[in-house]
Amino acid sequence: MEQGTFEVKVGLAEMLKGGVIMDVTNAEQAQIAEDAGAVAVMALERIPSDIRSDGGIARMSDPIMIKNIQKTVSIPVMAKCRIGHFAEAQILEALEVDFIDESEVLTPADDNNHIYKHDFKIPFVCGARNLGEALRRIGEGAAMIRTKGEAGSGNIVEAVRHMRSIINEINILSTLSQDQLMAQARDFQAPYLLVEQVAKIKKLPVPNFSAGGIATPADASLVMQLGAESVFVGSGIFKSEDPTSRAKAIVDSVTHYRDADKLAIASSGLKSAMKGLDISEIPEDQMLQERGW
Amino acid sequence: MVNRAGVLALQGNYNQHKRMLDVLGIKNILVQYPRELENCDLLIIPGGESTAISKQIERNNFRHPILNFAKTNSVFGTCAGMILLSSSEKATNLKPLSIMDFKVDRNAFGRQVDSFSGNLCLEFDNTDSFNGLFIRAPKISKLGKGIKILATYKKQPVMITNGRHFATTFHPEIGDDYRIHKHIMGKINE
Repeated sequence: MEQGTFEVKVGLAEMLKGGVIMDVTNAEQAQIAEDAGAVAVMALERIPSDIRSDGGIARMSDPIMIKNIQKTVSIPVMAKCRIGHFAEAQILEALEVDFIDESEVLTPADDNNHIYKHDFKIPFVCGARNLGEALRRIGEGAAMIRTKGEAGSGNIVEAVRHMRSIINEINILSTLSQDQLMAQARDFQAPYLLVEQVAKIKKLPVPNFSAGGIATPADASLVMQLGAESVFVGSGIFKSEDPTSRAKAIVDSVTHYRDADKLAIASSGLKSAMKGLDISEIPEDQMLQERGW
Repeated sequence: MVNRAGVLALQGNYNQHKRMLDVLGIKNILVQYPRELENCDLLIIPGGESTAISKQIERNNFRHPILNFAKTNSVFGTCAGMILLSSSEKATNLKPLSIMDFKVDRNAFGRQVDSFSGNLCLEFDNTDSFNGLFIRAPKISKLGKGIKILATYKKQPVMITNGRHFATTFHPEIGDDYRIHKHIMGKINE
């Protein structure tokens, strides 16, 4: 019997495809998420838009809050640690969370190194803006990639940019000849063997999800049609006027992301979405996606 | 031999089942609407989150079409799909279809940290063991009459059939060992 192998970690990521992972800050919200049909919840003390407005250092959540959520729902429970903060990750592993998000939404703990994720039995998800960044994270052991987008903005433009970059770069890579791949690995600053593998299989070797700015059923459909295999919704649900209806509507829109008639139904009669931010309103030093490398 | 397989594509790992069927040269479609069951003689319910798939079955009015389909055709459920095939009691957010006479305990091994891979013994092929992937897997807690065991792990049943339908607690769609899909496809309409 083997546990904590890369195969076993990616296995859970595969099961979460075609679904929605929702940020929740307490057991009540976690129950709303599960009732809506979420495939997992992300337990965190403050959702990204509050982290953004509150300022200060954002850290791993209180274990008591994570445990309460684990007791409440049967779907997988994820939690975030700071970039490079392997001690927080060790604590989350001891709590037996199902997935760890080494997340740029929290304040980075190491400005140079990400966590060596192969050391852990629990799978990790990491954010990426392009293929090189995705492959660096997979090289460190990430079992799932998500776009960074711009968390807490309610603005889909960055997630779209990141998903298009990753998909475009995969497409271009798959047209290169073998003798061009090393130079490409150098330009991507990514492990050669992973570059070679992606060129061959024409997709990431782990599931590729989207996060950062998804606020409506149409947003979810957009990133799914661009190539995302699932979506994370952070502030978009519990910062909206009617979280219960919006949670269900976004789940239904991921299941039927190509069916415009179903999307029209899912989009109908929802109360206000979160207000959101234009990216130009966010000072450059407060752009969360710039965290990590 | 199966003529055309449908893979229920509401949530979960449906694309890897489809990939296996494609490699085996079996005609197949992803099923998202009840009417798409019409031209299939096998439905695969994939792994995923059983509560999420159960919700989508109800919301998309799949329950009765699947039950009708299962009267004369085969259903093959893996992991979450197996939970849905079972006759386990209803739970919050989960309504099993009671297509086969057995019960399961969900997440019986624990959380993801307890997920594992292990060598299975296949009753229908003793050439080599099968690498079974158990992800937050269910355990069979009760087997009804007429259920035959097709694979075991440490002597516990992990793959079963009642002659028409098939279920596994693990994920035969992950990896490059096609024996389980091949065996089941060959048994349909036999």
